[in-house]
Amino acid sequence: MNAKGFCHTTDKIGSTRKSVLKHKPSMTPVSSKQYADDVSLLMVLLDTNPLFWSSTAAPLSFSKFLSQVISFLNSILLLNQLNQVMVIATGLNSCDYVYDSSSGPTNQRVETLLQKLQEFVVKDEELNKDDSVDRIGSSLLSGSLSMALCYIQRVFRSGLLHPQPRILCMHGSQDGPGQYVAIMNSIFSAQRSMVPIDSCVIGSQHSAFLQQASYITGGVYLKPQQLDGLFQYLTTVFGTDLHSRSFLQLPKPVGVDFRASCFCHKNTIDMGYICSVCLSIFCKHHKKCSTCGSAFGQPQTSVSTSNQKRKAP
Amino acid sequence: MTDAQVVKRAKYKSSVKDPGVRGILKMTRERFVFMPNDPSSAMKLNVEFRLIKGHKSSKEGSNRPALLNLTPDQGNYIFEFENFSDRELCRDFVAKAVTFSGEVGGPTSEKAVPLKDEQLSSAEMERRIKLLQEDSELQKLHKQLVIGGVLSETEFWATRKKLLDVNASRKAKQRVGLKSEMIFNVKPSSDGQSNRVTFNLTPEMIHQIFAEKPAVQQAYLNFVPNKMTEKDFWTKYWRAQYLHSTKNIVAAAAEAAEDEELAVFLKQDAILASETRRKIRKVDPTLDMEADEGDDYTHIPGHGLASEDIKDELEAQYEPYKRSFLQDINRHAAVVLEGRTIDVETGDTRSVAEALASSKRVELAKEASDGNAHQERLDRVTRMAEIEDLQAPCDPPVAPLCIKDPRDYFDSQQVNALNQLPGTRQMKSVLSTSEAYGSLRAYISEIRTVGLSDPIVRPEVAFKVFNSLTQNISSSKYQLGKNPHESILDTLPSVTKEELLLHWTSIQELLKHFWSSYPITTSYLYTKVSRLRDAMSQIYPKLQEIKESVQSDSRHQVSLLVQPMLQALDAAFAHYELEQQKRSAKSGEKPNGYV
Repeated sequence: MNAKGFCHTTDKIGSTRKSVLKHKPSMTPVSSKQYADDVSLLMVLLDTNPLFWSSTAAPLSFSKFLSQVISFLNSILLLNQLNQVMVIATGLNSCDYVYDSSSGPTNQRVETLLQKLQEFVVKDEELNKDDSVDRIGSSLLSGSLSMALCYIQRVFRSGLLHPQPRILCMHGSQDGPGQYVAIMNSIFSAQRSMVPIDSCVIGSQHSAFLQQASYITGGVYLKPQQLDGLFQYLTTVFGTDLHSRSFLQLPKPVGVDFRASCFCHKNTIDMGYICSVCLSIFCKHHKKCSTCGSAFGQPQTSVSTSNQKRKAP
Repeated sequence: MTDAQVVKRAKYKSSVKDPGVRGILKMTRERFVFMPNDPSSAMKLNVEFRLIKGHKSSKEGSNRPALLNLTPDQGNYIFEFENFSDRELCRDFVAKAVTFSGEVGGPTSEKAVPLKDEQLSSAEMERRIKLLQEDSELQKLHKQLVIGGVLSETEFWATRKKLLDVNASRKAKQRVGLKSEMIFNVKPSSDGQSNRVTFNLTPEMIHQIFAEKPAVQQAYLNFVPNKMTEKDFWTKYWRAQYLHSTKNIVAAAAEAAEDEELAVFLKQDAILASETRRKIRKVDPTLDMEADEGDDYTHIPGHGLASEDIKDELEAQYEPYKRSFLQDINRHAAVVLEGRTIDVETGDTRSVAEALASSKRVELAKEASDGNAHQERLDRVTRMAEIEDLQAPCDPPVAPLCIKDPRDYFDSQQVNALNQLPGTRQMKSVLSTSEAYGSLRAYISEIRTVGLSDPIVRPEVAFKVFNSLTQNISSSKYQLGKNPHESILDTLPSVTKEELLLHWTSIQELLKHFWSSYPITTSYLYTKVSRLRDAMSQIYPKLQEIKESVQSDSRHQVSLLVQPMLQALDAAFAHYELEQQKRSAKSGEKPNGYV
């Protein structure tokens, strides 16, 4: 866990830090930039896949789920005056920012959120072109992760004083293996920016992608057993800010499913072929890597003869 | 040179004074055999090297006999060879065989039933010993299995051929480059008393001289051995060098006029000049030489350096004898950068000269046949120095734009992939998509009208959640530790950890040999399999011991670790039992002693 890097008091944020941060290039992972220990920016990625919520796989109704999540968001905002919450809805065909606690009237939070959520669902349905699909599609987790990370980057660059960001993923749909590459890319960039990704899995199956995400970024992965007590799970485990996590014990998963999916068919595989140039994974032997174009199995002699030709003037 | 067997004519003597029995001495890695020429003689010998503790040999000398004395615990075997080189060969072989058999020990030579004679070269043995020294894990495994008598050497190394080959080939690929110092320009040693000057010549120097001065190499090929001996050739060469070092050009010209061959060394290198001219011709004509005219110092006499005395009054006849030190340095640098073009390191001068000459011929031939290069150059010239009004307008060279569709990268064949997902078949959505959207919208409006539920969560549910969470956290804390990246192996004491790892590697090795011996076709495989099975059944209780010795809270994790090893062993045992039953059934043994 990278929370240890965040425990600095306000005194240290003085002259020294200011000058350092001004000239730092934006690519290096930034650390210890918050202005108080427990101010947090919580990005919640809500899974609004209608096919999942209307199927038998959903263990509780969407309205109950939403009410518990809303109460949780309210309690987060109550913990500290400077806390911020941002909700992104993960739909079937699109993702969008649904709620931002830093804008809008403070006494109408829920109404704003619900209003926007409804509009989002309508828009998502319109985007649904090919509707002869009788399977539970996967929601666009990669899209909402990317949107969350973009927002967090903007917050990083907004100035010296900003809250510690973290991402909470409330997910129920299955993993779409076609999104493997994009999700892994977002996970690695979150790791680089030191943003933990917590996962709360509502569905019936574990999600390999989210397990990997939480493992790599140092977040918490939880699959609650009793979903009518979801609010209790949220406040006990996911409400903890990053500074407190250094001295709190949070549940750990027993094992992580590290299987990847291959780049050619998007199947989940255990053993496969890997391109040594770009590290793309394939399930069967190919002559050429489809990602970087390098040809496999070049004989050594052809390289040396071309070198010899170049030597002659 | 040395190989797995050495066969030499020798005389066997029981003592030094003994005239000796003539015969043939044949040595293999494990034993030596002496067969006398006279078949009726009783002096046959067949002794294992295991019993030989040491060996002695007599001094070299023109009148002395070449003796080799092999000493077992008691007595000695003395062999007299025809010449000293034979004796050296046998002595080296004996030395290696004795050390090797000492290392291997007794049990292997008794138990192992080799399929054929071990044909090992001494280089191979050295490689093996080196590998064992480098890799301590391999050495432990080797000690346990081979010296413990479970596997024989051949079997052990048969699976590691790649390791041995890689080491050997890696050594062969790298070649030593040329020295960057000009070793042939070293000052000769002269003793102040007499008028003699001594030059030393090594093969390395010869190689350098031939590489840098092709005229000298050509002269060597022409003159030696027709016109003069090698010694004379080099004497003349050094004389020329000496004259140059004195910088006495007039004297050099005078001597050159007398001695034709000496003149070859004194004059400037004609071959080199022609090579340089050829290279200049190949330079791209569109290269702008005008641009660095100012930097060009090679045309200024003395290369731009202030020279002490500019002998402008020298006549034209002395021109060819002038040589500049800078030219020598440049030539030397060019040769060193090119690297070694031939592989002949040792060998006499003639072969070196011929090898260099032939490599040069090959290069020339390649260039001559490469007429394409000339055409390419002409094309390039016309392209760069285009005269537009004289030529037809040509289309600019374009390549068709090819941008891959990023959608291919991210979500190709998603339908196919999702059809294969195991979960999809079970959970077909009850509603169609539009209905699903509708229900979602209904849920949202429900909250808007009803509001959040009160209480959000019932107290008993909350209590249950708290309990389960606490239990979960406290139970996993001791098992997994704070860091999810830790592994159970690190929490064990190092002795246990190493034991476990050693068992793992030895089990893998044994199982490899076990499974490769099936199906059993020869009796050798049968004995091998039973040996392996005994070894494996010995490891089995050791694993159980380890499991019990660990502390109780990590016992579960350790047993999880050990589980696959036990499973593999069990599978092997089961297979063995099955095969045994089949064998006994096939051989017609009926139970209860029925006939």
